[in-house]
Amino acid sequence: MSMDVDQPTEQLPLDSWHRAKGARMVPFAGYEMPVQYEGIIAEHVWTRTSAGLFDVSHMGQLLVHGRDTARALEKLLPGDFQAQPDMKLKYSLLLAEDGGILDDLMATRRGEDFYVVVNGATKHGDIHEFRTRLPRDVVVDYMKEQALLALQGPRAAEALETIVPGVGELGFMEGRSFDWNGQPLWISRSGYTGEDGFEISVPAALAEDLAEQLIGNPLVKPIGLGARDSLRLEAGLPLYGHDLDHDTTPVMAGLTFAINKRRRADGGFAGAMRILAELENGPAQKRVGLDVDGRQPVREGALVLDGEGNEIGKVTSGGFSPTLQRPIAMGYVGAPFTEVGTALKLEQRGKLFDAVVTAMPFVPHRYHRKGAV
Amino acid sequence: MTTYYTKDHEWVRVEGNQATVGISSHAQEQLGDIVFAEAPAAGRSLRKGEEAAVVESVKAASDVYSPISGTVVEGNPAIADDPAIINNDPEGGGWFFKIEVSDPSELDGLMDEAAYREFVASL
Repeated sequence: MSMDVDQPTEQLPLDSWHRAKGARMVPFAGYEMPVQYEGIIAEHVWTRTSAGLFDVSHMGQLLVHGRDTARALEKLLPGDFQAQPDMKLKYSLLLAEDGGILDDLMATRRGEDFYVVVNGATKHGDIHEFRTRLPRDVVVDYMKEQALLALQGPRAAEALETIVPGVGELGFMEGRSFDWNGQPLWISRSGYTGEDGFEISVPAALAEDLAEQLIGNPLVKPIGLGARDSLRLEAGLPLYGHDLDHDTTPVMAGLTFAINKRRRADGGFAGAMRILAELENGPAQKRVGLDVDGRQPVREGALVLDGEGNEIGKVTSGGFSPTLQRPIAMGYVGAPFTEVGTALKLEQRGKLFDAVVTAMPFVPHRYHRKGAV
Repeated sequence: MTTYYTKDHEWVRVEGNQATVGISSHAQEQLGDIVFAEAPAAGRSLRKGEEAAVVESVKAASDVYSPISGTVVEGNPAIADDPAIINNDPEGGGWFFKIEVSDPSELDGLMDEAAYREFVASL
């Protein structure tokens, strides 16, 4: 058997708590992180049926404030932040000047300030980009003392409501501050699993108490990175560093919903010329979902071939779907091959697999939308 | 009937000139939930250390190397139908293949159970 061993790195505020809960720790984004506790499939299924607690404290929590912050952010992000309502989250993309994606992020308006959550592996680079490319009178604070927990699943609201009353009133992509035992928690109704759920920003010193109280509820179990990856893949959500990188644009990635109407009309964001041209004419390559024939997972790095064996793209994420009990993947393919139903071949370690372009998500989202039944 | 282990976490159980090969309990535990396995076809000849089978967990794909040279007598169809059997019964029903041993002296370099247990504890 071949097995890889990696080097240890920084520790999360909940490091010893994870180990005490039986986590297997692996290096990820510069931290030692829990990849699994009882097993990835069991944790995946638990999150889809009850409530899973994820430690995502490796992610970067930033507070961007100063003069005319919304307008300043619009130079780097293609969203309409000037029209962003208070306490609402917006998914957005940090863009390089050439229109390539440097990171994907969530930005929440808090009054005139913006609370921004970025990926762990890219956070230091992001902070540097913001600080060097935003005007001098806009300040980026790295909220290093905050841990971040996510509680995800159809019973997450029920579980969180018992210790933070009122949290169930939040709509999807809404956040605000709540009181927990006299301590402030910033809670938003959001996440990256496709399920209803919450993300909770908590002072690092209190993270263990909060985690312990949450898993005191029999509806809640701790969930590792392994299941987080299979859950987001089923939900069709791209992962930075895999499905998104500097060589991809928002249009290639199929994230055009993040380019708001006023921004399409007015431009004025990094890479706007290229991105608006791609919106108009279509990108050369596009991210698609792939249903893979058979049982063997086809993973990141596999080649995508057309019917004649020509290379037309690459798989950027792939694995076994515990919900569907079969392999699924996403990747980039040339424009003529993006139509749902297009039959393609995938090549992995010299072996060919049949695949069909499919709509994403693979497993329907179940977000909590206000007014929805 | 003796079971030997490799440093790559395969086990090989010898009965006469035939041997059964699988992956150790430690290996399946490290891999986590196994979702795919492919055993070699009968008749395939394998050299010691050669890639003989594939096993994939949710997280990763791994090769299983043949601990010994010989000709494959039978692949285990159960591991393809229900790969979780490798997690549940790695050194029993989760075997990968049976092989006709061509050079029994190759077994000399392998570990017995006690030595393997010590090896795993040292990792």
